Amino acid sequence: MEITAPPLLDVRNLTIEFTTRRGVVRAVEHIDLSVAPGETLAIVGESGSGKSVTSYAVMRILDRAGRIAAGSVTFSGMDLRGARESKVRSLRGREISMIFQNPRAALNPIRKVGHQIEDVLLQHAEASPTDVDKKAVELLEQVRIARATESYHSYPFELSGGMCQRVVIALALACRPRLLIADEPTTGLDVTTQKAVMDLLVELTRQQGMATILITHDLGLAAAYCGRVVVMEKGRVVETAVARAIFAAPTHPYTRKLVRATPRLGVDLRDLLPEGEANGAILCPSGAARPGVAKQDRLLVVEGLVKEYPRRGVGRRALFKRNDAAAGGESQVFRAVDGISFVLHRGESVGLVGESGCGKSTTSTMVMRLIDASSGRILFDGENIGAIPARKFAQLPVRRRIQMVFQDPSDSLNPRFTAARAIADPIMRLGDIKGGETLRARCEELARQVGLPTELLNRFPHQLSGGQKARVGIARAIALKPDLVILDEPTAALDVSVQAVVLNLLQELKEALGMSYLFVSHDLNVVRLLCDRVIVMRAGQIVEEGVTERVLFAPETDYTRELLAAIPHPPV
Amino acid sequence: MTASAAVAVDAPAAAAAVLAAAKAERARGTGLTVTLAHARYVLAENPVTAFAFGLFALIVLAALIGPLITAYDPLASDTASALKPPSARHWFGTDQLGRDIFSRVVIATQLDLFIAIASVALVFLMGGLAGLAAGYFGGWTERIVSRIADTVMAFPLFVLAMGIVAALGNTVQNIILATAIVNFPLYARVARAEANVRREAGFVQAARLSGNGELRILLGHILPNIMPIMIVQMSLTMGYAILNAAGLSFIGLGVRPPTPEWGIMVAEGAAFMVSGEWWIAFFPGAALMVAVFCFNLLGDGLRDIVDPQRRT
Repeated sequence: MEITAPPLLDVRNLTIEFTTRRGVVRAVEHIDLSVAPGETLAIVGESGSGKSVTSYAVMRILDRAGRIAAGSVTFSGMDLRGARESKVRSLRGREISMIFQNPRAALNPIRKVGHQIEDVLLQHAEASPTDVDKKAVELLEQVRIARATESYHSYPFELSGGMCQRVVIALALACRPRLLIADEPTTGLDVTTQKAVMDLLVELTRQQGMATILITHDLGLAAAYCGRVVVMEKGRVVETAVARAIFAAPTHPYTRKLVRATPRLGVDLRDLLPEGEANGAILCPSGAARPGVAKQDRLLVVEGLVKEYPRRGVGRRALFKRNDAAAGGESQVFRAVDGISFVLHRGESVGLVGESGCGKSTTSTMVMRLIDASSGRILFDGENIGAIPARKFAQLPVRRRIQMVFQDPSDSLNPRFTAARAIADPIMRLGDIKGGETLRARCEELARQVGLPTELLNRFPHQLSGGQKARVGIARAIALKPDLVILDEPTAALDVSVQAVVLNLLQELKEALGMSYLFVSHDLNVVRLLCDRVIVMRAGQIVEEGVTERVLFAPETDYTRELLAAIPHPPV
Repeated sequence: MTASAAVAVDAPAAAAAVLAAAKAERARGTGLTVTLAHARYVLAENPVTAFAFGLFALIVLAALIGPLITAYDPLASDTASALKPPSARHWFGTDQLGRDIFSRVVIATQLDLFIAIASVALVFLMGGLAGLAAGYFGGWTERIVSRIADTVMAFPLFVLAMGIVAALGNTVQNIILATAIVNFPLYARVARAEANVRREAGFVQAARLSGNGELRILLGHILPNIMPIMIVQMSLTMGYAILNAAGLSFIGLGVRPPTPEWGIMVAEGAAFMVSGEWWIAFFPGAALMVAVFCFNLLGDGLRDIVDPQRRT
């Protein structure tokens, strides 16, 4: 793919500095990149690599502490670095648009989405007050929102995450910009929604002859949808290559590490680790050759589990139309989990997969005994723990046998507790050690077990990196040597290279301590690496259940097939 | 746009963390030294906060060693030198009974500061804990606490304080109680809101999994997290508490004369303003203003120091 057209955006030797407490920090150093009209360029890197900062510099929206120290930014022949603020302001939105990560935060919550699009159109004089509403609906149709006229009158909270992102894209495209910068546009969206949004973006780029820069942490996504990929590490561009080449023949060691760490078809858990680090620590290789540890021993049996919530707005409706509610046209309750049953054997890993709102988290929270089920039984080692109220469960001896690793390692650690205190908490409450030297020794032992340097134990969560926080969370969960650990998307908030290490750690620990995992995730690629069996959920019900390899390679239901098809596959 | 700003700040912060990692490793001793280092940084960065802290130290010093540094007995009258303007002998002048106003202003610091601190501590225990429980447990606890707060707020606050002191008798304890009750809604609401957002936070769930009882979660896990906000709140209401106590004394419902107290002194001096003896009311009034000003400035500075999230 030779680029013949002159670049629309040309960044040369760009260096960005931030003034911080500890002196001047270079967030981006001497980077070069360019985009031609009609091209999609991906900037890929892990958190802190400077990929977002680069795009802010292009938009000239760096915050006050940051400044462009050197280099040039040229947009269709115009020098953006030296341009006056008023001139850049007129470019923003009209010539260069940006899409942010959280679509809901980018929309005004108290204004109808149609009116928000009209605001942009009017501000940049793209429409006159007489035909502005027609143009807004046209834009909504362009981003393929179902029932565009209806959505025009919706407020952001009435739309799903994917719909909101479409509205944001419509806003960004309202003035037919020549350059679109999409900063993690699909993070936090379901895979099927991600596919729809990305397909739309790529198609619109081609159709309108725009240039699009996709900023993402997901190398797979970048390679699947973009023409060229720029890989950044610690503020530097380490590799620029055609998407096809990046997976096939990565040249830079960092790119190789990223490619290795990206979960994809045909790799094992250990393949994710950088070359040379996958040593013999894991006793038995993961994958099909896992030994069947007394598979007939049922650890957890869930029977007809139901969780009902009162439907929103029922009270209000009942107040005004009492007869209507009594007539019973609509059910008064919403079933988040609708009568599901499954079995988890001792020593087994079961994946609970589905899109947001499918009830997988509600199910795991019920099994965890943090909330009470509406009906159904949860048998743990023969005991019906579902019958014990959640409030009482916290201090029972059986509590120590079921533990959990949370989705967000930052949110799940008390900001005012040190790592050691966080790990010691369950031991002090439910364990045999009550304090002093032995407790400290146990914490250090656990830290070593999860690969956390013991000198970090005195740090507070905000002084630890994401991966270190994840390790603290895991150490806390295994502190009481539980039989069952529920993993609620334990790697969703982590960079891929950290994810690779954490997944391997979880597998090692499982084998070393003989635990069982219930792995809740939306990421089928990750589930495949860690789980023996998979349960696919949709709308509170189990759609498909079976051995991992069977479900992923020969799915029986359309929904599973749809999920699998939505996973971005890099061109091979 | 907020998301973008957060990321923009995050990226250099991460880079800074890498660069300073080795240095920080050595600097990071105990939690106390870190806090002190951070406090030094905030004070150096923000001279207004440093000034407020200096002023606060001066007020505390006056309260502690006031009797040692004043030349006159605050209660001793000397009719020969009554109503003298400020001079080298009497820095702030003398009042109608010939008492030295400087001595009285300095010694009054102790009582006024005591009333402020005691009432703020009391309202923190009442309002803070009630609000905490309301936010965490919800349901009936929340309804009861919120209605009590609403009821208190339905009255003009100073009139309510007057009523309480008038009904219970004007002693120092009752002034403290009245000031605390008047501030109750402020604390209950802040604590309720802060506890409410943390009720379902990951670390609270994790604490439940670790076998903590509800009370232990509330006091051991949630309370430490809302302390920064409560400390700022306390500093801000401290100024109001001093003003409230002085106001009650001013209208004759507080501390009784001849006890040196800023509010009474302003009240006593007010009558002499018309005849030109301005200094009797001016100096205690100025002391009051400086104290309130100091606590309000302090609140802003404290927030930067105690909140670990703001550290970069």
